[in-house]
Amino acid sequence: MTTQTTSQAPTTHGTPVTFDHVNKRFGRTRVLHDICLEVPGGQTTCVVGPSGSGKSTLLRCTNRLEEPDEGRVLLGDTDVTDRSADIDAVRARIGMVFQTFNLFPYRTALDNITLALRRVRKLPADEAAERARTHLASVGLAGLEHRRPGQLSGGQQQRVAIARALAMEPEVMLFDEATSALDPELVKGVLSIMRDLAGQGMTMIVVTHEMRFAQEAAGQVVFLDHGRLIEKAAPDKFFGAPESPRLQAFLSAVT
Amino acid sequence: MFEGLQRVWETFFNLDLIGQTLPTLLRVGLPNTLLLAVLASVIGVVVGVVIAAGLMSSKVAVRLPCRMYVDVLRGLPHILTVYLVGQGLPLAGITLFGESTYGYAALAIGLLEGAYMAEIFRAGFQSVEKGQTEAARGLGLSHLETLRFVVFPTGARRVLPPLTGQFILVIKGTALVYLLGLTAGQREMFAIAQDTAIVNASLSPLVAAGLLFLAITVPLTYAVNAWERRLRDGRKDAPTGSATDSATDSATDMDRALAHQGTG
Repeated sequence: MTTQTTSQAPTTHGTPVTFDHVNKRFGRTRVLHDICLEVPGGQTTCVVGPSGSGKSTLLRCTNRLEEPDEGRVLLGDTDVTDRSADIDAVRARIGMVFQTFNLFPYRTALDNITLALRRVRKLPADEAAERARTHLASVGLAGLEHRRPGQLSGGQQQRVAIARALAMEPEVMLFDEATSALDPELVKGVLSIMRDLAGQGMTMIVVTHEMRFAQEAAGQVVFLDHGRLIEKAAPDKFFGAPESPRLQAFLSAVT
Repeated sequence: MFEGLQRVWETFFNLDLIGQTLPTLLRVGLPNTLLLAVLASVIGVVVGVVIAAGLMSSKVAVRLPCRMYVDVLRGLPHILTVYLVGQGLPLAGITLFGESTYGYAALAIGLLEGAYMAEIFRAGFQSVEKGQTEAARGLGLSHLETLRFVVFPTGARRVLPPLTGQFILVIKGTALVYLLGLTAGQREMFAIAQDTAIVNASLSPLVAAGLLFLAITVPLTYAVNAWERRLRDGRKDAPTGSATDSATDSATDMDRALAHQGTG
């Protein structure tokens, strides 16, 4: 992996993310209930919980794909939720990987990556292409740069999506159930890339159902249920000695 | 008995008459029909894009007039709109094209088509998955950049087949400009056929014109259908069909409208 050489040294002082009393409603349903969470820089924080627990919404509040009704989200010292903040500039500091890949269908793998490099990072075409190639190679897709998403497998598409996010040299990476839409045999490759990233000291927030990944790669694991943060602990304790009955029930159901 | 059959034959398939009309149809009528269709479509596309953008606006003050435009022009009989615009504008002293009926004719059909095309564009662009926009915005692209580099390229591809379908309807729609009275050299296929038919008290020229219309519209229709099928089933990254479906619906509406108003 040559990916991270460009962004930050593999130390543990990456950019932290802070959720400060975040509330969010969809109509009358309260999806996030006064969430306070410290995501330490340079670490992976895994968010688990049943579907509908608000974990994706929480993740999407980080780059304001969802707007919190109350509370603040901080990226380092930047208040993401500040209405006067340049949200495009904030988003460019945060990489996001979606469950459904969301590659641009009529662009090649390479063009998927170069688009934001050119438009947002203002790189010249050749430099953008060079960087895109490097990142494609680092996710094991060298030589497939001229394929369109429709000509790639789900696992390959997700790896392009990861390369697209990483090429922007983000300070934080968000993964929203990145392996949930993949065939089982393709999950492994994507997870191993994520594990490598975690090992390199990238700040990551990972919404996932992959408990083994959480156990092995996370610095802390967070359990959400019905929009409330129920429990937060280091993986050993989270999986070995869960405190709340709800987490105990959840864990016994999924493992 | 035999006489009766002969009369039917003479009325519709008088070969001499068809033979006489065909050269004019091909030399004058066909180019005029196609030129009118292209002009009207260009106007229609421009109007359609603007109105579609308005339909998708978050501001009611923008959305409402655009919605009214679409509803009114799709709700009126086409013959009425063609008269109102094509005859009305010059009469009202709005002489955009001077004395040229041609310009008013193209404008009338173009404004009409704009309403249908607006719905095609709206459906096509709204069919672009939300995830596309989110991925683009998430990377830091602005709203406008997202529209230009992500939504537009996908939307445009989805819009092309139904738009071509609409073009076929425009070709048929050009027959309506007969109402506005064209000079000899400006006549499209239907006008030539109708004029010749009246003079000779036989509908055979109309049959000839009809055959020419069919020669254009039927192959095009099949081509568009094949194109849409390929977009729908052919490739993994192809659209799920919501745009094409609703656009086809609007095209069918217009088909029906044209059929009802019984041109000629």
